[in-house]
Amino acid sequence: MKTGAKILVESLLREGTEIIFGYPGGVVLPIYDELYDSPLRHILVRHEQAAAHAADGYARASGRVGVCLATSGPGACNLVTGIATSYMDSTPLVAITGQVPTSLLGNDAFQESDITGITLPVTKHNYLLKSAGDVGRVVQEAFYIAGTGRPGPVLIDIPKDVSTGMAEDVKLPDKVTLRGYNPTYKGHKRQIEKALEMIGHAERPLIYAGGGIITSNASPELMEFATLSSIPVTTTLMGIGCIPCHHPLNLGMLGMHGTEYANFAVTECDLMIAIGARFDDRVTGRIETFAPHAKIIHIDIDPAEIGKNKRIDVPIVGDVKAVLKDVLTLMKKQGAHEVWLKKIKHWKQHHPLKCPTTGGLHPQFVIRTLSELVKDKAVIVSEVGQNQMWTAQHFCFHNPRSWITSGGLGTMGFGFPAGIGVHFARPDVPTFVIAGDGSIQMNIQEMGTVAANKIPVKIAILNNMYLGMVRQWQELFFDRRYSFTELPAVDFVKIGNAYGIEGMRIETPEEVLPAFQASLDCDGPFVMDFRIEREENVFPMVPAGAAINEMIGGHPR
Amino acid sequence: MKPHTLSILVENKAGVLSRVTGLFSRRGFNIESLAVGPCEEPGMSRITIVVIGDDAKVEQIMKQLNKLIDIIKVSDLTENERVERELALIKVTAEQGTSRAEIMQIATIFRASIVDVSPKSLVLQVIGETDKIDALEKLLRQYGVKEFVRTGTIGILRGSKLASGGK
Ligand SMILES: Cc1ncc(C[n+]2csc(CCOP(=O)(O)OP(=O)(O)O)c2C)c(N)n1
Ligand SMILES: [Mg+2]
Repeated sequence: MKTGAKILVESLLREGTEIIFGYPGGVVLPIYDELYDSPLRHILVRHEQAAAHAADGYARASGRVGVCLATSGPGACNLVTGIATSYMDSTPLVAITGQVPTSLLGNDAFQESDITGITLPVTKHNYLLKSAGDVGRVVQEAFYIAGTGRPGPVLIDIPKDVSTGMAEDVKLPDKVTLRGYNPTYKGHKRQIEKALEMIGHAERPLIYAGGGIITSNASPELMEFATLSSIPVTTTLMGIGCIPCHHPLNLGMLGMHGTEYANFAVTECDLMIAIGARFDDRVTGRIETFAPHAKIIHIDIDPAEIGKNKRIDVPIVGDVKAVLKDVLTLMKKQGAHEVWLKKIKHWKQHHPLKCPTTGGLHPQFVIRTLSELVKDKAVIVSEVGQNQMWTAQHFCFHNPRSWITSGGLGTMGFGFPAGIGVHFARPDVPTFVIAGDGSIQMNIQEMGTVAANKIPVKIAILNNMYLGMVRQWQELFFDRRYSFTELPAVDFVKIGNAYGIEGMRIETPEEVLPAFQASLDCDGPFVMDFRIEREENVFPMVPAGAAINEMIGGHPR
Repeated sequence: MKPHTLSILVENKAGVLSRVTGLFSRRGFNIESLAVGPCEEPGMSRITIVVIGDDAKVEQIMKQLNKLIDIIKVSDLTENERVERELALIKVTAEQGTSRAEIMQIATIFRASIVDVSPKSLVLQVIGETDKIDALEKLLRQYGVKEFVRTGTIGILRGSKLASGGK
């Protein structure tokens, strides 16, 4: 006989968990007691939201299931933003929460909150355990559900008497089978053939590559498919890294802050091959004018994404990697699309991303300097806002999973704690967090976590003393009325120092490279406070509700 | 926009009903009727939901329902030949005299049965499609409908075709 808490920790180890991020409290005391002398590593964060983001960051960088742990009530509620962030970006996360004893459920007991109810719309599945005998099976199921099909967060709520209750070890099956959960991995052959026929006839084909390619580790197959068939690739924010930035077929990001040439290509293509992407409104702009001349092939593991926002001509439901493999087997040599590629080359030459050089310190320059310094030897995690878009635009990403960002939910406060998780997934390379002065203050307390555990995350704050992205909208669409978007100056180096973290303030372009070098020379975490041009904007930009070729801040056509 | 009758086979587990209804409310759907009960398979329940919506929206919600782990199978009965029934209980004011006789006559026409009699009221039980029940209730209004309770529509396909089966 074992306690539920012991079975829980053993089950986590059985699933291959090496690290969990958490925060203790009353009803999880039995679980924390098990962790005390367990080989399972636990990182104590300073706020539960950070535990969820750290586990998520770990998951995104490694492709494995991330795990976080919190107590009932306030602890569980603090996880919610992190769980929702994971849900929107389909990342594999298992969140474990303590709960009041089953006898008190529904009684408004101390620190009770209905966390399975609260997280119902933001989890792939969740469980409220009723007996210690269920712990092993449920943990196994939770990992299976979180990590397979279209991944997502799964929450397990464990009442205190379940942790302390005793149960026999149950023999678990080698493979989980759930009658109501059978993701389709293999694409329909007839559909793939139909798609290939269309590809064969297309004159101006375009691949629209999303985060599903990263999730399914399909970047080698995507590259092979694109090069063999000479089809240019534009990536979503989440798809960045699935094709190297300098690849001649790469058009960079599309959508609201996409490159002009990517958005032109979308508007002029006659065939769009959407792979692991979901036609989000930040990508499509006004949906009626998105890819108006194109037939659309859509490859996705989630049938609910097919036709959700846009009519699809050839849907292929399946795992992106498996489908692309079949595509490659069935594909005969394709046309070279010379005229089309020439046109794109012309756009690329005449509509490059702008990188201002005159005046003070420009964020684009900061990002490009870091990119040239670390090349493909770093993982970059962003916060949300202008800092995120400048990084997506100007950092040259070479590899999948080297770019970690909150796309679907756009969660300020994600980046820094996610960076903590990323470090544990990729200790072999430095982790840089690119933050805004607003975002970093949403989880700045995690400086305590990185300092205490000597987690060498390098924090680069693009400090414009504004909620910059919101200010940009106010400048452009609200007559420069900067309503509650100015942030008074904060000395981030001093804050870092107070936690025992080294840092540097950077005010001129000359100081940028030495600062990044100093951050790499430092063994531990490091804070860089870049005082950038305060009213720098992210361009080009598709105003809300416009067609994606109607960009402002680009080059004259 | 037309009514769709969805038949949903689910694992009979705590919370499954709120998972299902939550999907509808989050998408701004109003559920017209809902009926739940055990079914031919032990451990399973069948939920029948009637919603009004355009075909594409209903198709999207069916796909989302299919993604729920505890849901085994979702089918839209509206696409097929089917039998749909609802049961209603109607408590109607019926004083001694002509009105009472009239109500009993109406009941016969609708093949409703009188399941409770008291000096001042009658309770009618009627089974049929939604329209029939609506029509009866409307007719009875002139006498005074004190309470009107209905089970919500349930449906089954005609012939040997099944709404259940693997997902
Ligand atoms: C939690 C949360 N609250 C509000 C927003 C809305 N929002 C999007 S970007 C942004 C400003 C971000 O400011 P900062 O971190 O300084 O980044 P900058 O845009 O200045 O680079 C805000 C408030 C959000 N995305 N997330
Ligand atoms: Mg800012």
